[in-house]
Amino acid sequence: MAIWFARSKNLVSSLRHNLNLSAILNKCDYSPRPIFFTTTSQLSTTSFLSPVASLRHESTAVETQADHLVQQIDEDDGQELDFPGGKVGYTSEMKFIPESSSRRIPCYRILNEDGRIIPDSDFIPVSEKLAVRMYEQMATLQVMDHIFYEAQRQGRISFYLTSVGEEAINIASAAALSPDDVVLPQYREPGVLLWRGFTLEEFANQCFGNKADYGKGRQMPIHYGSNRLNYFTISSPIATQLPQAAGVGYSLKMDKKNACAVTFIGDGGTSEGDFHAGLNFAAVMEAPVVFICRNNGWAISTHISEQFRSDGIVVKGQAYGIRSIRVDGNDALAVYSAVRSAREMAVTEQRPVLIEAMTYRVGHHSTSDDSTKYRAADEIQYWKMSRNPVNRFRKWVEDNGWWSEEDESKLRSNARKQLLQAIQAAEKWEKQPLTELFNDVYDVKPKNLEEQELGLKELVEKQPQDYPPGFHV
Amino acid sequence: MSAILLQGAGAATSLSPFNSIDSSKLVAPSRSSLSVRSKRYIVAGSDGTNKSFGSSSLVARRSEPLIPNAVATKADTAASSTSSKPGHELLLFEALQEGLEEEMDRDPHVCVMGEDVGHYGGSYKVTKGLADKFGDLRVLDTPICENAFTGMGIGAAMIGLRPVIEGMNMGFLLLAFNQISNNCGMLHYTSGGQFTIPVVIRGPGGVGRQLGAEHSQRLESYFQSIPGIQMVACSTPYNAKGLMKAAIRSENPVILFEHVLLYNLKETIPDEEYICNLEEAEMVRPGEHITILTYSRMRYHVMQAAKTLVNKGYDPEVIDIRSLKPFDLYTIGNSVKKTHRVLIVEECMRTGGIGASLTAAINENFHDYLDAPVMCLSSQDVPTPYAGTLEEWTVVQPAQIVTAVEQLCQGTGRVKQRGGTESEASEKEREKERKISMAAITSAVIAIAGIILGWITIELACKPCLESGREAIDRSLNPDYDPDDQDVDTSSDVRSPLIPNHPPDNSDPDPSTAIKSV
Repeated sequence: MAIWFARSKNLVSSLRHNLNLSAILNKCDYSPRPIFFTTTSQLSTTSFLSPVASLRHESTAVETQADHLVQQIDEDDGQELDFPGGKVGYTSEMKFIPESSSRRIPCYRILNEDGRIIPDSDFIPVSEKLAVRMYEQMATLQVMDHIFYEAQRQGRISFYLTSVGEEAINIASAAALSPDDVVLPQYREPGVLLWRGFTLEEFANQCFGNKADYGKGRQMPIHYGSNRLNYFTISSPIATQLPQAAGVGYSLKMDKKNACAVTFIGDGGTSEGDFHAGLNFAAVMEAPVVFICRNNGWAISTHISEQFRSDGIVVKGQAYGIRSIRVDGNDALAVYSAVRSAREMAVTEQRPVLIEAMTYRVGHHSTSDDSTKYRAADEIQYWKMSRNPVNRFRKWVEDNGWWSEEDESKLRSNARKQLLQAIQAAEKWEKQPLTELFNDVYDVKPKNLEEQELGLKELVEKQPQDYPPGFHV
Repeated sequence: MSAILLQGAGAATSLSPFNSIDSSKLVAPSRSSLSVRSKRYIVAGSDGTNKSFGSSSLVARRSEPLIPNAVATKADTAASSTSSKPGHELLLFEALQEGLEEEMDRDPHVCVMGEDVGHYGGSYKVTKGLADKFGDLRVLDTPICENAFTGMGIGAAMIGLRPVIEGMNMGFLLLAFNQISNNCGMLHYTSGGQFTIPVVIRGPGGVGRQLGAEHSQRLESYFQSIPGIQMVACSTPYNAKGLMKAAIRSENPVILFEHVLLYNLKETIPDEEYICNLEEAEMVRPGEHITILTYSRMRYHVMQAAKTLVNKGYDPEVIDIRSLKPFDLYTIGNSVKKTHRVLIVEECMRTGGIGASLTAAINENFHDYLDAPVMCLSSQDVPTPYAGTLEEWTVVQPAQIVTAVEQLCQGTGRVKQRGGTESEASEKEREKERKISMAAITSAVIAIAGIILGWITIELACKPCLESGREAIDRSLNPDYDPDDQDVDTSSDVRSPLIPNHPPDNSDPDPSTAIKSV
């Protein structure tokens, strides 16, 4: 240990003018390092615990080394000052921490673009059954996005929001969680709900706002929610779910449940005050929350260069005292490993974790947006074809002999057929009656709402010709 | 039974099942058609079932005899004691703390979060001692971010906890408006009823003593439009405890408004458990002449004014509306039907305050029963100044209330209010017109009176002259009258000597006999 310190001190003094402190710190990789298994081994939950234990030790071991490194470098007299918040060393050299490090935080990746596992990768292996299911769901999500988008363009639903390009984040993160983990989504994570068992019919019902919609037709399309599947109803304002996730984590902590809160946010949403608030609170409360940021490069028309000046979102984690990792969001295996590890850390160590998943938003922001207006069409094409997460994962699954072209065409045609049927059925299904306008505002309808309902009923009965056919009270 | 009743809450109701439960303990409400919600309270006390998301460790409610009635039928100083026990005396903030502590004992899902609520015990000591008793996690000190801990409370509520969120001052909750409006109020609705948000958001608000504009906010004005939330304001230790407990038990998000200056009010409250109905107003002082509606601190200004009014012979009915959203139009309506005059006294600003909404509601619903326009005394549309004298005049004072009542009851109906800006010009015009017409009428009356008096004077003074004149006129107008053949009319003494009883003069012979004697 001492020799290592001595060596490091020499290194530092020679490089003092060129390098800065944070660069040296960054070289110490904080990412958890799972123990490598062969790809064919079956993984059960019990055997998974041992790598977790070693994960914990390794990550904290790395931290203490870095701490000592810091102290050694800048202590002139070896003395420390006492301030609220603990002891802090001092230096007589005035040095500003630079605004950015010379090297960006690398992202964690397992599969290369050809679907081959990078040699010497640390990752949690995925069984055939799990891998096939993941792929199927990613493909289904693709088909669902495509068909619903077309349905909106045909005027059958009023609005839709695709997750094209982010299928790996959606499905792989969901696969890595347990059903008890509470998910607080932003709006581009229907894949998580799909994984948990929301049927295509249920998706269609919500988009059409018909009588079978669990939201009772009260929200826009894509604002899914299911308390049964532990998926909070999507709320339009950005980033409001982050402090709420801290609250969910707090509740789970109080109940000592083996579950965590998982919440999603985009790169744009990290500019909201609630991002700061949610992360800070989760850290102070030591709440088991996994924050997953989908850095897809665009917030409607705002590129990330106009959104923040930091090195993405992963560096912000340390500012709150939160362990963080940057992941290649288009690599399903990497996302799976990272989220799985983060979840275990959150639950066993009762701490929040931040995951920044790098990806690209291939589709438009929503059906109300035409992204060719602010970005090059060939950029979109490049990401759609060459950096497609679904294709990449399929290559890997096919290489393992778990998937074939035949399976592919069967899956896609089945999904398509099922979706078209679901849309047709959902469209025909009648809409909510008038009473649902006034229900659930409160648990019990108060008198003023009863009066208003009565007034509206009378109006409709008096002039039925002014209301759409089939509009009933 | 309770489950069925809960589900059938929307249907027609009858009180008979409840009477069989514990009628000796239940105070019979003064009106039998209480809203459905109050019945649920009676049910919830005896056998509460609670639909809550994902929570497997729900504690079954203890069945206890509750006293749900909170209508104080006596004057506000005496607690409405429904029992023979002596009760205990405490201050308002202690009452809040007692209510909170009882609920935390009763239900392990109740937790508190806010700034300095833990070991510091809260800025106004409402959470004093709770962190020591229930631990740091259940009484949580949060970093300074109102939007964050409000959002946190909402998230925790959606998964089964019942957080009580404290804003150090209500004004700071403006920072939490996004979470309160878009999530707290809406998520039960937009999720199709899948998620409930049983939070209580509470804190002190209102104008204090020289706290400055930012710390003297009346947030009830801003929050009243948010659908999905309920708002209540406490004013006495009795209703503070009762409302706190009711709010915590409610499945809806409730905002409980306390007042900075009322925390040290002392009152004796019952020893046994009770809750106050969240949607009921409190009858502070029954009366006949005028209905005064108020809430929170203004209740005390009104009661002070009421003393003066009673001395002057008025009988005001004072109602503490307590429920700011929704209004208890049942109690208010009955009062308006009785007194036909309404005065609202509030601390909100003139524009868009609780008083403005209440005026609209009363006008819409009870217009036919009003003998005078509804009057609303409120603060001016200015930021609350720091200087003590200025601050005092932004708040409605008892003297103004007395004046207002007098003017309303004297039936002129139009009162010049402090700070009435928009109708001032037309008010002045109307004043002018009135003055002119008054002057004209007065002068006319004087003239007529003068004429009549003059006439009477002349009549009295010149009576004989006038009489003879009148007779002469009568005679001349008489067609049968001929002055030449007029014999001596013995009745008329025209030819009689003017001086009566004069001795007959011989040198003055009778002209007719003189000629005959020669």
